[in-house]
Amino acid sequence: MVDRLLMKGNEAIGEAAIHAGCRYYFGYPITPQSELIAYMAKRLLKIEGATFLQSESELAAINMVYGAAAAGGRVMTSSSSPGISLKQEGISYITCAELPCVIVNIMRGGPGLGSIQPAQGDYFQATKGGGHGDYHLIVLAPSSVQELVDLTIKAFNLADKYRNPAMILGDGLLGQMMEPVEFKEFDVKTIPSKESWALGSSEGREARRIVPFNLDPIEMEKINNRLKQKYLDMQKEAECELVNMDNPDIVVVAYGIVARIVKTAIQKAKKEGINIGLMRPVTLYPFPYQIIGDNAHKAKKILVTEMSMGQMLEDVQLAACDKAEINFYGRTGGVVISPVEILEEVKKLLA
Amino acid sequence: MKKVFEKPKSLTDVPFTYCPGCHHGIIHRLVAEALDDLNITKDTIGVAPVGCAVFAYLFFDCDMIVAAHGRAPATATGIKRVKPDNVVFTYQGDGDLASIGTAEIVHAANRSEKITVIFVNNAVYGMTGGQMAPTTLEGQITQTSPYGRDPKTMGMPIRVCELLSTLNSPAYIERVALTKPAYIIKAKKAIKKAFQFQLDGKGFSLVEILSTCPTNWGLSPKESNEWLEKNMIPYYPLGEFKNLEEVS
Repeated sequence: MVDRLLMKGNEAIGEAAIHAGCRYYFGYPITPQSELIAYMAKRLLKIEGATFLQSESELAAINMVYGAAAAGGRVMTSSSSPGISLKQEGISYITCAELPCVIVNIMRGGPGLGSIQPAQGDYFQATKGGGHGDYHLIVLAPSSVQELVDLTIKAFNLADKYRNPAMILGDGLLGQMMEPVEFKEFDVKTIPSKESWALGSSEGREARRIVPFNLDPIEMEKINNRLKQKYLDMQKEAECELVNMDNPDIVVVAYGIVARIVKTAIQKAKKEGINIGLMRPVTLYPFPYQIIGDNAHKAKKILVTEMSMGQMLEDVQLAACDKAEINFYGRTGGVVISPVEILEEVKKLLA
Repeated sequence: MKKVFEKPKSLTDVPFTYCPGCHHGIIHRLVAEALDDLNITKDTIGVAPVGCAVFAYLFFDCDMIVAAHGRAPATATGIKRVKPDNVVFTYQGDGDLASIGTAEIVHAANRSEKITVIFVNNAVYGMTGGQMAPTTLEGQITQTSPYGRDPKTMGMPIRVCELLSTLNSPAYIERVALTKPAYIIKAKKAIKKAFQFQLDGKGFSLVEILSTCPTNWGLSPKESNEWLEKNMIPYYPLGEFKNLEEVS
């Protein structure tokens, strides 16, 4: 029997991380993810050998993560949009050095200081690299508090599997809302050993070097080729939830909290005799191009809806532009899309 | 025949990339000797900076990582928190530590992270070709202070030991030079002491080493040593700035 707990999204991420064996957290306060840093402080400071550290800046936090990951620790940092921008240099280094870690972005309105309300404007930054150089993060997009738990645990495992940073891309609404959650059993013994590459005592072996650069362009290109191969290998992890896709009048594509709102719109639409299908990417990188491409023909029109000016839209266009007419509806700045708005858009497109 | 002098075991066989007359070579040797003397090479993890000493990762025969510019104290913090039983040191220049990495060094010192910082101050950015550093002296000509550092618009050179010594927490802070054998002996003692402080769990230790950059100063190695003694030591006085051992 697994206990069900009522938890706030941000706290659920923290508990999931600890559940998955994360014992090192470095972060800097920012709204709307502050409950997460507070939760990590409350829990990790009571666990012997664990580290919670409120760093002097986002830059310091991500570089502490870099060090902790290099030393083989299961490590996490979290922030919200402007703070994630500050971390980008370090994320690029960690990716080049091929170290595992989890980064949580509870998005808020942007650009600039933006607002502190929910948004999805960091999709490009999260999925296309974000910092300098050719690289990708593994990006997971939870849609409920339960998924914040499940995907946080999965993020640690995928980060270890590919020795690549993984990002939880949530938003201020997911972070702040409360729902019942379950923590399935997790055996920390399943965490892969880092003994073969992590820094530590070099007794009885050659000294190890973690070097995120090479001044020889041919050698640096080899690093890029190795990363590229890793991203190709990752494509098999692509996941997409399909809802009501048997015979839809129209297909909506949305991720994260917006997909959740679309599910309400689907129920409302049914009462009016409209059948809305939903494709919800769970992994944003790798993006489920194949799944979306294979299902795009099921209606003549697709509506992509995001709390942005249209970012995931471009990936949907890549996946399905030859199979259906692709439309977009977005709200920004911290404005949350309502089910009624989505239904109105659907009606306009079906008229 | 008895061997009376050899390369420290904590250095690899990779030839140094440093310019003739630059003090990095001496400093590498002193750090390596300290690791040898304390018999901690195999337990040590070094953090190399961005700058001329980025190649330090090739020269020290212990586990090494290259940090982002200025962030070595943060990276070292992460390592030390995961591996508290290992010895962790950073090796940083003046641009790295006292300009882009000012926040990281101040806060690592203030938390008294149990790490050792080897801070090389040669009053100039070396690797990028001789631009003004936070430690460039008043009136000193560099690529980016071509008419001399003007304190009215460029500020006065930052004294890192003095600055960090205003904090309560750091355990050991000392400034040394290398321009004559007596100084080198003192520098070696200070570096060894800094590592000993870490081994004893006393907290943050930092040794600032006044160093030459003949290439970017436009002086011969001999002239560079003279310039350092005449200009740097009066502004950057040598000695111990913090020793919590003696306070307690």
